[in-house]
Amino acid sequence: MELKKRKKDFVGFISLGIVRLMFFFLVFVLILLLGKIFIEGIGVISLEFLIDSPKNNMTEGGIGPAIFGTIAVTLLMVIITVPLGVFSAIYLNEYAKDTFFTRIIRTSINNLAGVPSIVFGLFGLGFFILFIGKNLDRVLQTGLLFGQPALLWASATLAVLVLPIVIVSTLEALNSVPKSHRDASYGLGATKWQTIKNVVLPQARPGILTGTILAISRGAGETAPILFLGAAFFLPNLPIADICIGGYCIPMINPTEQFMYLAYHIFIMATQSSNPTKTLPIQYGSTLVLIVLTFFLNITAIIFRYRFRKILGRL
Amino acid sequence: MKETKIVVKDLNLFYGDKQALKNISLNILAKRVTAFIGPSGCGKSTFLRVLNRMNDLIDNVKTKGEVFIDGVNIYDRSLDIVNLRKNVGMVFQKSNLFPKTIYENIVYGPKINGIRDKQLLNEIVEKTLNQAAIWDEVKDRLNENALSLSGGQQQRLCIARALAVEPEIILMDEPASALDPISTAKIEELIHDLKKEYTIVIVTHNMQQAARVSDQTAFFYLGELIEFDRTTTIFTKPSKKQTEDYITGRFG
Repeated sequence: MELKKRKKDFVGFISLGIVRLMFFFLVFVLILLLGKIFIEGIGVISLEFLIDSPKNNMTEGGIGPAIFGTIAVTLLMVIITVPLGVFSAIYLNEYAKDTFFTRIIRTSINNLAGVPSIVFGLFGLGFFILFIGKNLDRVLQTGLLFGQPALLWASATLAVLVLPIVIVSTLEALNSVPKSHRDASYGLGATKWQTIKNVVLPQARPGILTGTILAISRGAGETAPILFLGAAFFLPNLPIADICIGGYCIPMINPTEQFMYLAYHIFIMATQSSNPTKTLPIQYGSTLVLIVLTFFLNITAIIFRYRFRKILGRL
Repeated sequence: MKETKIVVKDLNLFYGDKQALKNISLNILAKRVTAFIGPSGCGKSTFLRVLNRMNDLIDNVKTKGEVFIDGVNIYDRSLDIVNLRKNVGMVFQKSNLFPKTIYENIVYGPKINGIRDKQLLNEIVEKTLNQAAIWDEVKDRLNENALSLSGGQQQRLCIARALAVEPEIILMDEPASALDPISTAKIEELIHDLKKEYTIVIVTHNMQQAARVSDQTAFFYLGELIEFDRTTTIFTKPSKKQTEDYITGRFG
């Protein structure tokens, strides 16, 4: 037998080259983007920058209220969206039968994730403020308290926005609990709810947590939905009110106040500021803070998911 | 002396339109081991799951007929299924321990049945692990993850977990099919010990196993009960040709 020399595979060579080029281009753009933000932003960041309010017509000072606002809004968002999302997912996965109606609901949830976020903003304005808020004011005789843009409604709107993330990740987590574990529980005389509470939910917890963290990082980065819902241009005072029981007062987030928001802050600094060039360092600093914040949230989510997979892989 | 524990009368079971069990009637004796044998898909596992109504969990399953345990029809509408499953424990083909500690796995059943007393729970753990002949192997590691045990140990722990809710009947669905010969021998020894106190129904693929552990054997084929008799009779002089063919390895 004669061994032939291998023919050069030109098509393979060229396609590999193109794929490689694309990959390096992508990495290059990413590094350029993040590198620029990091280099320009890191110089601005100091403890004062993270704590202080904007000063001098917003051309100096820090972003303290914006960070606080972001945390307050996303916190409230989590409180609203997690129970709603988790219980919906439990109902859909464990109780609802597979009918035409539940299929429509499942599809709708997936479609909800694809709706442009500005639509959620308009929905929030129309539904939460003009419908629920105004009617609450009328019923409770509170004048103009709920029927205006406020932290509560921004959180509620973001909660609806991230609901699909929470529901889908919870559904996935519930689905990954082996049927044999449910059988074992039923076989020992457990009711359906006992099985869900004691066997299914504990195993699904990391998956639910992952979804929650992803939801936070998505919510924290959104600007469009909160445009009309209480995100303020400049508010030196934090949206805080003292809640007093007897003689003791605890400062609590006041959900009826307006607030500053990191993502929105970057937006207005770049487009609405009195002097966008002068505020450039502040913009870079705010962007870096926001990116680092969401980056850490995503990393945490990835670690949780990894550990979750490892536990399941052992079974 | 020979007390009947379970009486099944004209049982038919359907998966949607497909009939999986056809007119099954048999009596299972108390404190004896009854083995169900037959080729794959013959309905023996389905029939086992009839006895604690595990089939209820599957959509599209329709069961017709009567099953009496101690004279009570378990397919009566007013029956408390939770209570039934407490009385009729089950051990599955593959170990399905929860990813919790050994201790938590055992006390899971007692806890959902409302036992909160720590002292009592500890006693249950020691007693059932002893019954399942695994106490000496795990007594020092009760707080370790149950999934760190070997396959055979896991399966014996599953048996202990089933015993912890004090059932009278234990159903075993091919409990040793995924185990090595030594672990299998331990499980069989355990079955032999347990029948002093419990009524045991075991589904098995392994005919030698059925011959070794059981007092009575039922042979299923294509959803029908072909023959049901004392194990020695089934394995030495079966009355039906199909049974003989299966036992001698001519098909299956």
